[in-house]
Amino acid sequence: MPTAMEIFKLLPKKNCGECKFPTCLAFAMQLANQKAKLEDCPYVSEQAKATLAASAAPPIRLVKVGTGANAIEIGDETEMYRHEKKFFHPTAYAFIISDTSNDSEVKARVEKAHSLKFERVGQLMKMDMIGVRCDSGDLKRFTKVVSDVAALTELPLVLICNDPVKMKAAASNIAAKVPLLHCATSSNATEMAAVAKELKCPLVVYEDRGLNELADLVAKVKAAGVEDIVLDFGARNLKELLERSTIIRKISVKKIFRGLGYPIYVHAGSGEEAVLRGLISTMKYGSVVAFDDIDPATALPLYVLRQNIYTDPQVPIQVKPDLYAINNPNEKSPLLFTTNFSLTYFTVLADIEKSKIPVWLQVIDTEGLSVMTAFAAGKLTPEMVAKAIDASGAKEKSRRGEIIIPGMVARMSSKLQELTGLKVIVGPKESSGLPKLLKSLD
Amino acid sequence: MVEVPIPKEKWTGKIGTTVIGAVAEEGGTRAKKVVIGGQSCMPFLSFEAPILNRPAIAGEVVDTLRDYPPLARKAFGDVVEDPVQWAKAWVEKYGVDLICLKLYSTNPEEENKSPQEAADLVRKILAAVPVPLVVYGCGHEEKDAKVMEAVSNAGSKERLLLGHAEESAYKSIAAASMANNHALIAFSNLDINLAKQINILLTDFGVRKENIVADPLMASLGMGLEYSYSVNERIRLAALMGDSMLQVPMVCDTTIAWKAREATEENESLGDIEVRAAWWEATTGLAALISGADMLIMRSPKAVQIIKKAINELLGGA
Repeated sequence: MPTAMEIFKLLPKKNCGECKFPTCLAFAMQLANQKAKLEDCPYVSEQAKATLAASAAPPIRLVKVGTGANAIEIGDETEMYRHEKKFFHPTAYAFIISDTSNDSEVKARVEKAHSLKFERVGQLMKMDMIGVRCDSGDLKRFTKVVSDVAALTELPLVLICNDPVKMKAAASNIAAKVPLLHCATSSNATEMAAVAKELKCPLVVYEDRGLNELADLVAKVKAAGVEDIVLDFGARNLKELLERSTIIRKISVKKIFRGLGYPIYVHAGSGEEAVLRGLISTMKYGSVVAFDDIDPATALPLYVLRQNIYTDPQVPIQVKPDLYAINNPNEKSPLLFTTNFSLTYFTVLADIEKSKIPVWLQVIDTEGLSVMTAFAAGKLTPEMVAKAIDASGAKEKSRRGEIIIPGMVARMSSKLQELTGLKVIVGPKESSGLPKLLKSLD
Repeated sequence: MVEVPIPKEKWTGKIGTTVIGAVAEEGGTRAKKVVIGGQSCMPFLSFEAPILNRPAIAGEVVDTLRDYPPLARKAFGDVVEDPVQWAKAWVEKYGVDLICLKLYSTNPEEENKSPQEAADLVRKILAAVPVPLVVYGCGHEEKDAKVMEAVSNAGSKERLLLGHAEESAYKSIAAASMANNHALIAFSNLDINLAKQINILLTDFGVRKENIVADPLMASLGMGLEYSYSVNERIRLAALMGDSMLQVPMVCDTTIAWKAREATEENESLGDIEVRAAWWEATTGLAALISGADMLIMRSPKAVQIIKKAINELLGGA
């Protein structure tokens, strides 16, 4: 964003007050803080509008790939560290299919990409894109596989081919699906940019020699009329991956250096190396990570890391308030309660599961606050617990006439006993003490 | 040619170093010391400043298998029955930099082993392996005071890293560390202010800063990792910006990863359970490193192998 003084220079300096601010300088200061809109000034020139609009563009361009419900948005990030506000557009994972695969293999690969999905705390975690790579060197084959894959999936596509002629042939058939084209290089940039411009598709710019060379190539592609650019710096190892991604992010959001203000694409490959690249890129500024293959056993931790890193730091992940049956309880099983803060819930859950003792766990809606914080803030009261237990029918599920409460809220014992008619057992302060307590019951 | 600016941050602070282990000329018997910390940039950003000390890895050894996951045991086979053999396997087969011994069997509510027995085990492990040793008690405040005193004496010239001091209980372990010039772990519960507070308490008590390693509590992947990740980053940023009370190296215990259900759940659709558990721990460890950890305490040899490879590459090796 430009400073107030830079904006002020572009204003008419009439101090007319029609923008509802007493002076043009005051208006400029509000604009700089994004608390006013330029349109509020009736006298601002077209040229000033254009200048300011360009400088107000996000430091990292928002790029869209695909269409419809599965379309993905990448870029448009503003922070270096997730605690500063949040990271907005999660890293997208792509699963690549080679066009040397035969038709049934292609189908199986699409199915594998679709099958790499898990549900977790109410969110669906999955592969976001499918890539088709031209390894055959054959225009007809590449075109056919691209069309076949496009027919088999709703996911956005990445088309990977260095030859602009083949790329154009394959992409033309499916241009309406807005695939990401990979890639423009120093040897094909003009022709590849022409394809991307004509088909209105976002384009990856690839340059592995260094960031100066990459910025040069980006400028060339931009000059050829392509706006939706994605960067691939061809990292040779994790050090380059982490450092180059960090440099690009930092100069873009802190220095507003626009030459590299675009999302980052990383080819991860396959095996352990690929997972490590995926993990580093997920934490540090990767927007698309493409896998030649990935195993469910490593895809799951990768997805969960993404879910963790892209959580809004001001809104903790919450668990649905409900009565949870753990270890197959029956009516003789004890009843416990905890809060719906995911960290609390998962810790308590793990400790109960470890004990192997069946229990009913009532999760109270504390708006994602932990036991102590919720109690202190009045968001975990005996009344709320009693109400939740009534609503879930917990007293019919566990007929012991008892409820185990977290040790931290021992103070609510008598009131809770009075409200529910249940005998209150004060549990441990740390949930790690739960197995011992549960084993000591009857 | 476009000149891309390299955004070097002008940090005013620097992380201090902590030495663990003592070699012959210092009266110890370790083959090599481990030095952690010393960084003057955010993790692995060598364009800002040279990375002086590579992150260290400690292999976990527990003296009772009471709460030890059977799946983790599989990786070692029978050696886990004997902490000494276990420690040797870590060093000889998996090349860890240190051993982290957790004396859970001293818990008075469980096996209740005596401080003397604990000290004997420490001596045996020191005799069996050439690497430095991290030693934790069982978490029972009164018992730990006695156990750690005995441990401190048993390794008197070896410069152990003793775990851990926390706000409500730090004096006895601080005394145990000061008595024989050991380093100690300052534990805090997922909060930058608490991390600072325990360091202040320790230094006020007389513990020198170069003897402190901070443990801000690493949460497992899927169980609050994001909080830890941000707490670690905030601690490291504050230290680099000049907060001297946070300028100590950081240790993260990634064995916590084994607590997450998804890490070890029997469920075919989630993929091979051994691969998954190892990656669950490795992912937790990698997040710890990227957010600021200078040392990891680890359980799975496979996860250790993954992390060693990652560290090598992050430092520019092949």
